[in-house]
Amino acid sequence: MCICLPADANQSALQPEGPLAKVVADLFWGMVAVGGLILFIVLAMLAVALLRARNNAEPRPLTFTQSRNLVFISGVVIPALILTVFVISSAAVNREIVAPMPEHALTIKVTGHQWWWEVDYLDTEGNHVAKTANEIRIPVGKPVRIALEASDVIHSFWIPQLNGKTDMVPGKRNLTWVQADQPGSYRGQCTEFCGKQHAKMAFTVDAVPEEDFETWLQRQAQPAREPATENETKGRQVFLRSSCAMCHAIRGTTALASVAPDLTHIGSRKTLAAGTLENMPGTLSAWILTPQSFKPGSHMPATMLTGEDLGNLVEYLLSLE
Amino acid sequence: MTDSASIHHDDEETRQLERTWASPPGFFAWFTHVNQTNIGMRFIVTGFIFFILGVILALLMRLQLAVPENDFMDPETYNQVFSMHGITMMFLFAIPVMEGFAVYIIPLMLGTRDMTFPRLNAFGYYIYLIAGVMMYAALLLRIAPDAGWFSYPPLAGASFSPGLGLDFYTTVVTFMEISALVAAIELIATIFKCKVPGMSLNRMPIFVWAVLVMSFMIVFALPPLVIASLMLALDRMAGMHFFTAASGDPILWQHLFWFFGHPEVYIIFIPALGMVSSIIITFTQRPIFGYIPIVLSIVAIGFIGFGLWVHHMFTAGLPQLGSNFFTASSAMIAIPSGVQIFCWIATLWGSKPKLATPLLHVLGFFLIFIIGGLSGVMVASVPFDMQAHDTYFVVAHFHYVLIGGAVFPLLGGLYYWYPKFTGRMMSERLGKVAFWVTFAGFNLTFFPMHKLGLEGMPRRVYTYLDGLGWNEANLFISISSAVFTLGLMLTLVNVLISLKRGNIAGDNPWNADTLEWATSSPPPSYNFRHIRTVDSRYPLWSGTGGLEQNPVVTGIRSDRREILLTSILESHPEARQPLPGPSPWPFWLAVATAITFAGLMAHLAIPLLGFVLCFIAITGWVWPKRLGVAK
Repeated sequence: MCICLPADANQSALQPEGPLAKVVADLFWGMVAVGGLILFIVLAMLAVALLRARNNAEPRPLTFTQSRNLVFISGVVIPALILTVFVISSAAVNREIVAPMPEHALTIKVTGHQWWWEVDYLDTEGNHVAKTANEIRIPVGKPVRIALEASDVIHSFWIPQLNGKTDMVPGKRNLTWVQADQPGSYRGQCTEFCGKQHAKMAFTVDAVPEEDFETWLQRQAQPAREPATENETKGRQVFLRSSCAMCHAIRGTTALASVAPDLTHIGSRKTLAAGTLENMPGTLSAWILTPQSFKPGSHMPATMLTGEDLGNLVEYLLSLE
Repeated sequence: MTDSASIHHDDEETRQLERTWASPPGFFAWFTHVNQTNIGMRFIVTGFIFFILGVILALLMRLQLAVPENDFMDPETYNQVFSMHGITMMFLFAIPVMEGFAVYIIPLMLGTRDMTFPRLNAFGYYIYLIAGVMMYAALLLRIAPDAGWFSYPPLAGASFSPGLGLDFYTTVVTFMEISALVAAIELIATIFKCKVPGMSLNRMPIFVWAVLVMSFMIVFALPPLVIASLMLALDRMAGMHFFTAASGDPILWQHLFWFFGHPEVYIIFIPALGMVSSIIITFTQRPIFGYIPIVLSIVAIGFIGFGLWVHHMFTAGLPQLGSNFFTASSAMIAIPSGVQIFCWIATLWGSKPKLATPLLHVLGFFLIFIIGGLSGVMVASVPFDMQAHDTYFVVAHFHYVLIGGAVFPLLGGLYYWYPKFTGRMMSERLGKVAFWVTFAGFNLTFFPMHKLGLEGMPRRVYTYLDGLGWNEANLFISISSAVFTLGLMLTLVNVLISLKRGNIAGDNPWNADTLEWATSSPPPSYNFRHIRTVDSRYPLWSGTGGLEQNPVVTGIRSDRREILLTSILESHPEARQPLPGPSPWPFWLAVATAITFAGLMAHLAIPLLGFVLCFIAITGWVWPKRLGVAK
């Protein structure tokens, strides 16, 4: 059982979807063009060097002056010119990327944990608005400030299609920006080795129109909805009296722990276990019973539940939209 | 010194030299050998054995990554395997094998009979051997380090890596560096003081210059690593907080580690540049163009190499302006590299070089290293690095630099000096086939990784999900890695069969110019029967009759181990220096040192015992004896 990624899923830095990633992709192609040319010219010179005397009986070496000019011009002058252009254009692109963004931009705090992402939405005064995990929603076409922290080891936050990576270092707060030009879902992944499940520490950034974003954020800010059916009520009881509540929070209930993803709106998420599994009743049950078979080493322990309890629990969790 | 004409080919004296410099036979006596050719060969052979182990680990990784969501290895095992691959290739293969070539060849190139501190040499080898065996014992017991060769805290700290794995890293890596350090110190002393009379600094072969720069880099780059890994050991074992977020700084480790780690790349790469120059001189049969620019370039790389470390940390959240300075310093390294490349091209130009296997490897080096250099300039750009960092793009880049820049010249050097080591030639036909298979396999394996990294595949992942568009490239890379391995195996086969079946080489099969070719192949235990002065950079080519015409140094005793010390710059004779002979104490000191460091893992009191043992071993080592006069 594995996640079935959408057909167009990609996290390619060469298919940028935002202004920050775009300038870097342009820089890359510029460097490839110049670098390719350099490679071609040097290899051509090497080929000439080797083949020049081939048809002659005697070696025909360069004179001292020719050699000196060759080394000085191709080994010093031209590289120095190219590298100067390179350093300046690299710094110019860098300047564009780190340029100050609007002061009142939306700020999202993302905290790296072994092996999931805690996502907090802050208002312009820095007050906490809503909490979710592993899925970030942003308004399309607007720069969004991302404040990066880590709770345990170093992680790195990377959405190739939107912007380069920035590390999340325990005890520090790093800043980065993302902006998506088109609505869509962009995949990101941890890029600083962080232990056993570094490979399965992914997330998505969904860019949606601004109105949709506001509605979504308001809903995320709400506490969990009350159970609507008898099964859901039983499911909530299972949650609160089993080990789930020791690590997870569901706002609006007595479960307030914060060492694992907040499940207040788990039903509205598309994936489980940091982008590892699709969020469906079957996968959710399997994940609860045997998380170690999907992410060996994960800090989520296996939970022993009867079939009925499990069914109710899953029904309840998926109702939390 | 006397004129050549008055030299007696005194057989009695030759026998005397043989007795004086002989290494005693027998299994137990093996642990007492100190001659530089013995120790150098041990470094080389052991280094290549670790290379084979490192390749096996790489193949295991490629097996795991051939298909998405593979369960050939669990994440725990994979993390140990990739960490040990890095530790093996950097610490157990690249540095020791380069030092091995240096230890074997440098005294021969300098025209001396041994190195300045033969016992220290042997001590370094045993340290290295014991450290390597311990690391692999840990891997077999599944308790190898699993936080990468870079071991970033806090992940490498006691809270997140509680097992013994990282203790192996902190203690064994620390004491392994003793080996590299003592070899470096000894190479510096030998190069400065043991050049044959007449070999002033400006006549030293370029390979000797390269080894000199490498050795100085080791002396300055390894202490930060030793200090950092000791601090990490103290964090883990004594609850210090150097690198924790609580009262230390995880980023501090990265600075210290890369202050070592980046020069490390040049430590591996610079001797390879020296090999390239040697091979080009020999196979073009002409003096190299631009001796001084090449030497200055090597020295410049040695300096600039210490000013680039921050480019490994562009994503760590350091100030942007500062980071851009490191873009400039990283780009700067392209200039001394470019100078060398064009000096070589100028030398090759129209020279009708002999396209033998060693030169083929050098030509392969040109293509691969230029690609690696260009991608290196790319990742020196802060904004681009923020995309490429810690992805397969970087994996591709540094394999191009390290395999292209170091392993290809090294293989060329192996084909080149094999006749000197063994007295026999390696098969040219098999060598050429091996080269092409290796060259093609290498590029097919590593070039697609550039694309994979840009498509978003991070490094150090034990698996990846299906549906990200990475499947075909990964399968292709895994298959290509088998081709690459096949090429390397052909060279190995060539090495083994040529030991018995290779054509007899003679003293100087390539008509090379440097002094190692002026003695028999393999060299006798005393290296040179007659120490002849030199008068040019190309002593075997110079003058009318070559080296045979040059005056011979007399007065060096043959009834005890003795070498001639000369002045640093002009290489004027200064003193005769007696050398110590075979001794078991370097081995026992290495064992005692290993107990001291490794004991830390078991109990904090064991190092105390280790100190006592080291004291005993050092006493045995320096116990005054009458200078060994052979009976």
